[in-house]
Amino acid sequence: MPLTDDDVREILRIIDETPLNELRVETDGFELHVVKGGGGDSADGVLTIEAPMLGTFYRAESPGAKPFVEVGSRVEPDTIVCIIEVMKMMNSVPAGVSGEIVEICPQNAELVEFGAPLFRVQP
Amino acid sequence: MKRVFIPNRGEIALRIVRACRELDLESVVGCSDIDRDGLAARSADDVVTIGPGPASQSYLRDDVIVHAAQAKKCDAIHPGYGFLSESSRLASRARDSGLTWVGPPPEVMKLAGDKVRAREEAAKAGVPVLPGHEIDSADGAGDIGYPVLVKAAGGGGGRGIKLARDPTELEAQLGVARGEAGAAFGDERIYVERFIAAARHVEVQIAADDKGHVVHLGERDCSVQRRYQKVIEEAPAPALPDPTRQALRDAAVAFASAISYRNLGTVEFVVDAETGDFYFLEINCRIQVEHPVTEEVTGRDLVAMQLQIARGKALPFTQDEVELEGHAIECRLNAEDVSHGFRPSPGTLVLFSVPDLEHLRVDTHCYPGAAVPPYYDSLLAKLIAHCHDREQAIEVLLEALEDLDVEGVETNRALLVSVLGHPDFKAGAVTTDWLERVMA
Repeated sequence: MPLTDDDVREILRIIDETPLNELRVETDGFELHVVKGGGGDSADGVLTIEAPMLGTFYRAESPGAKPFVEVGSRVEPDTIVCIIEVMKMMNSVPAGVSGEIVEICPQNAELVEFGAPLFRVQP
Repeated sequence: MKRVFIPNRGEIALRIVRACRELDLESVVGCSDIDRDGLAARSADDVVTIGPGPASQSYLRDDVIVHAAQAKKCDAIHPGYGFLSESSRLASRARDSGLTWVGPPPEVMKLAGDKVRAREEAAKAGVPVLPGHEIDSADGAGDIGYPVLVKAAGGGGGRGIKLARDPTELEAQLGVARGEAGAAFGDERIYVERFIAAARHVEVQIAADDKGHVVHLGERDCSVQRRYQKVIEEAPAPALPDPTRQALRDAAVAFASAISYRNLGTVEFVVDAETGDFYFLEINCRIQVEHPVTEEVTGRDLVAMQLQIARGKALPFTQDEVELEGHAIECRLNAEDVSHGFRPSPGTLVLFSVPDLEHLRVDTHCYPGAAVPPYYDSLLAKLIAHCHDREQAIEVLLEALEDLDVEGVETNRALLVSVLGHPDFKAGAVTTDWLERVMA
């Protein structure tokens, strides 16, 4: 049974209206896995901040400057956690979640792909 | 050139990966996150996710593409077709960043992208163009003679073309056309061209190297169209008088030479089926979807040729050495629901199997379990038959379509079967309005 775009939208709407955080539907040859809240929730409750775009990951505003966050830093959704540079354009990345940084995944100045894990956050 | 970045997806990305492999070049596919499991991404030497599913945030981001190509240590970009393949902005950006662009220089792409300027250059090179010009208001088209086609100067590829039968219709369409052109192409300029009722679409494949050699590789007929989008293509063009065929080929080479064209390109013409006269439409700076029919009849790998020209190699053959053998026809199998206005039919391919037939080539990125995402064009596979003659090629395609197993999405298979089996198509050349007429 192929699902249409509209079917998927309908499923997402239903999930949005329920207290469920996660749903997995499996039928013959079809699997739908929906996670609420932007994804990245792991079993132990640690959240992941993912790269919103491909680019070069920088932990600080400029070379030698103090990093935006360290392991142990407390972040709020609008706290800037890093910069992703695309062709000399600096894009500030907000945490999007609240909690304490427990891991910084990429090295400074490393290429990160879209969706790559940047930080792990303990809410 | 050692490592080629391919910011594309689907069958063409896979096609380029294979051409790279033939030439001992490494390939890196830059894809959206939902294409990460695709065949192209898995076949390449390396892959990088350049953005999310919607093309505006991935395949259409020239900044991200150049950044990714550099970070992945590539020294060239092959754009494929669609997306940014005809973006002079991406080509410039690539060149400014020290990357080789597998295509014409940005200046030539800019000229080709401006359909009004391209018409003027064609006329200057002595190539016939249809009566027409840029217009500001509906009373500006009186000198051409109705009906006229209303086109966007920044458009091309059949997108956004409208027919106006009289000044009232033109008046009504002009505002809409302007708005659409501005939104789609960032260029509101509109031009009109005389409409040819019984038209054939014939295009000439050309190749030009850095040493100034320009050759053609024969022509293709792409007259089976729906809303200016091609459905079936073939090479050589059937039922074209030899003098016309030769004149078309010569005109394409003359135009390409006049604008200092480089790499592979396609010069598109409209042929008046009643008079046999032909007129320049536009030049396309990319590899075309339908390039395989030319590959089949010439026995040459066009994608490899693009890469070789881009790395500065001279064309290894002369015009006299281009020989066309037999007849090739391609049909495009699309995931679309023909009975509901050809709307795209995304989903997951529960079943996908194409028969293995003699004289049949299949270019596809599909396999059982593959996703057909809603974000992109609906092409599933190109079925190409190359035989001694046209009749045999039609038979091979019909057999292939009969034996095809696709489940999970709707396809246009039945439509392709009815076109290939139709007496009009079998008899030879059809005109560009034929498919919509017989379907009505």
